[in-house]
Amino acid sequence: MLRLRRQQWIEMVAHGLDCLPEEACGLLVGRPDGSVEAFRPCTNTDRSARTYAIDGREILRVERDLDASGNGLEVVGVMHTHTHTDAYPSPTDVERAALLASWHFLIVSLRHPEPVARSYRISDGEVAEERIELVVR
Amino acid sequence: MPVSVRLPTVLRTHAGGLSEVSAEGATIGEVVDDVVRQFPGTANHLKAPDGALHRFVNVYLDDEDVRYLGGLDTPVSDGAEVSIVPAVAGGTG
Repeated sequence: MLRLRRQQWIEMVAHGLDCLPEEACGLLVGRPDGSVEAFRPCTNTDRSARTYAIDGREILRVERDLDASGNGLEVVGVMHTHTHTDAYPSPTDVERAALLASWHFLIVSLRHPEPVARSYRISDGEVAEERIELVVR
Repeated sequence: MPVSVRLPTVLRTHAGGLSEVSAEGATIGEVVDDVVRQFPGTANHLKAPDGALHRFVNVYLDDEDVRYLGGLDTPVSDGAEVSIVPAVAGGTG
């Protein structure tokens, strides 16, 4: 399960809308149990409406900050938007997740006026949807 | 001389939970091989079957992507910091 707070959801949707017509992406910072404590918007280095990529140095910076803070938080997943398709992992998403079996893959579809979020675990090419709990406080 | 190698969170479970390990090697390739030797569970994450660097992994030498330096043959000097980072990408293709 992925547990999101209202503020993070607002930040993600805002980042997604800001990046249109390109896909937006960012890292989910939290605990291994799937509680997201912060959203770190990242630059989509592909600058594309169909693909995204995060510069490894940006990931490195986030992980260094988290290690230095010593509060036990880590990068637990990645959020990206689909600008013109539903919130389901594409073959590219599944292929590129090969080494990230422990991560949560949150996809926000901006295809319709209301943003739609769905979250997945992707392991050995198998996609399993997980529940999203939105903590409204 | 040993260099320090920073591991991403996704690899730490294969390295006893360590965020940083010490490895020996004169090149990036030797350093990566030494990490794999010490922590065999990292092998599938770091190396492709042909011995190249796994294409979904990026390795940085003092924050420079080694693919734009000399790849696995990039020389590593004393006190250098090597960082391993998962490549994070995707999209609707």
